[in-house]
Amino acid sequence: MELNAASRGRRRSRMRPWHIGLYAWCGLVFLFLMAPLIVVFPISFSSSAYLQFPPPGWSLRWYAAYIDDFAWIDATIRSLKVAMATTALSTILGTMLAFSIVRGRFFGKSTFNQISMLPLIVPVIIYSIAVYGLFAQLRLIGNWQVIVLGHTVHAIPFVLIVVGAALRTYDVNYELAAMSLGASRLRAIWRVTLPQIRPALVSAMFLAFISSFDELVVAMFLGGSNMTLPKKMFDNIINAIDPTIAAVSVLQIILVTGILIVVSKIGAGASPAA
Amino acid sequence: MAFLLAFYLVPVGLLLLQSVEGGSLAAYDKALTDGLYVGVLLDTMLIAAYVSIVCLLLGYPVAYFLAAAPAPWPTVGIIFVLLPFWTSILVRTYGWMILLGRNGIINRLLLESGLISAPFPLLNNMTGVLIGMVHVLLPYMVFPIYAVMRRVDTGLVSAAEGLGAPGWQIFRRVYFPLTLPGVLAGVTLVYILSIGFFITPALLGGGKVIMIAVLIEMQVRQFLNWSFAAALSAVLLAATLLVYLVLRRLFRSDLQWS
Repeated sequence: MELNAASRGRRRSRMRPWHIGLYAWCGLVFLFLMAPLIVVFPISFSSSAYLQFPPPGWSLRWYAAYIDDFAWIDATIRSLKVAMATTALSTILGTMLAFSIVRGRFFGKSTFNQISMLPLIVPVIIYSIAVYGLFAQLRLIGNWQVIVLGHTVHAIPFVLIVVGAALRTYDVNYELAAMSLGASRLRAIWRVTLPQIRPALVSAMFLAFISSFDELVVAMFLGGSNMTLPKKMFDNIINAIDPTIAAVSVLQIILVTGILIVVSKIGAGASPAA
Repeated sequence: MAFLLAFYLVPVGLLLLQSVEGGSLAAYDKALTDGLYVGVLLDTMLIAAYVSIVCLLLGYPVAYFLAAAPAPWPTVGIIFVLLPFWTSILVRTYGWMILLGRNGIINRLLLESGLISAPFPLLNNMTGVLIGMVHVLLPYMVFPIYAVMRRVDTGLVSAAEGLGAPGWQIFRRVYFPLTLPGVLAGVTLVYILSIGFFITPALLGGGKVIMIAVLIEMQVRQFLNWSFAAALSAVLLAATLLVYLVLRRLFRSDLQWS
């Protein structure tokens, strides 16, 4: 309310007719962006097994259907496991890579950087069938660890962008000061540098987690019959539209919103640790 | 780095090698001369072009809104862009199916209001794919433009105003050229991501819209035709990298949107 009053007092004079058009246009675009997220909420509480809108009655049966179905829970647990392993692995590797790219001076550094960014640009389908071919020959399809490897490749660029940006603005003198006081290089990085770039690390971990948790194409090829949650949802959408997926969707939207809130608190707001 | 080498470059390299199996270019010949497959390639590029244009038309005003609107609104707007961006593509696709289906919400509303007499085909065709893809890719257009707009010196716009230029002229001659790097970065990013798209055409296209990524998946899973799939991958990869390199040539800036 205070915010509203403050903004109303400011620069009202600059409002022109085309501003109204602009605001209306943006309102429509925001509606377009939010609409598919909003509609899954009423459907998930529907008492009907068919896609009816507005729902004929309300119930929690699709949430119950999700929790009672071993296949859904199994897929959820597998996805969480893959996402956590991917987060750990890609944060460690990506941070090491960021250090070597930001700090290092060696031949071919920019090529190095560009190769690490390739997974963001090269279509996922190409990478997916490539690793599928390779791991099929090694008879590794269906292991969740293999999916972790594929997801880590795609999460590393995110970590590299976020942590690299933080390292570039970080003042190396803190680390040098710690070393001159007798800390070893590793200890200086661990105790001085990493705590100071913690917001970036948190954001990077969040990006890595979500990118893996939502990923379908790699998991579809490498998972075999061991489905991750997105694969289970994909099959569900293709075969029969049953509102269970609406319940799952709602839970996922809530999870993402929750993580976004947590990250905006810790990720940005953290003061440099003492 | 060794990790990326082992699990990224090596598999992709091996895949590309398969496209010239037995030292012949037969697979490429098929991909680039057979009318059916050339059609898929052209369709893919056309869809990507449509998606880029629509994203630009929707995204440019939104980016301006985020960069210039008064106090609480940019934050609210960014949430409206970020929340769908981080929501699973499958959730969003499912949402579109509820909205666009034959008995979906949009058709219901249109029927009840008497605007149309029969359900409008919005799903399992090109319309559905375009709507779904624009929805997924719009944030990739908004963020680069927004990043550039925030750095634009508004003094230049005021100067043009002070010199008596009419509003449209200010936009066309001053503001738009200043934001052009963001526009080109956004368009390129959206185009690159569009041509490799798989999930949305597979689900919202209902088997009627075949894009190159869908074709590659079919070749591998249904026909086990690895050399042809590899050749198609090589073509897709070449198209992607070409667009990317042209952009890098034009600007020396990074294609980083975060």
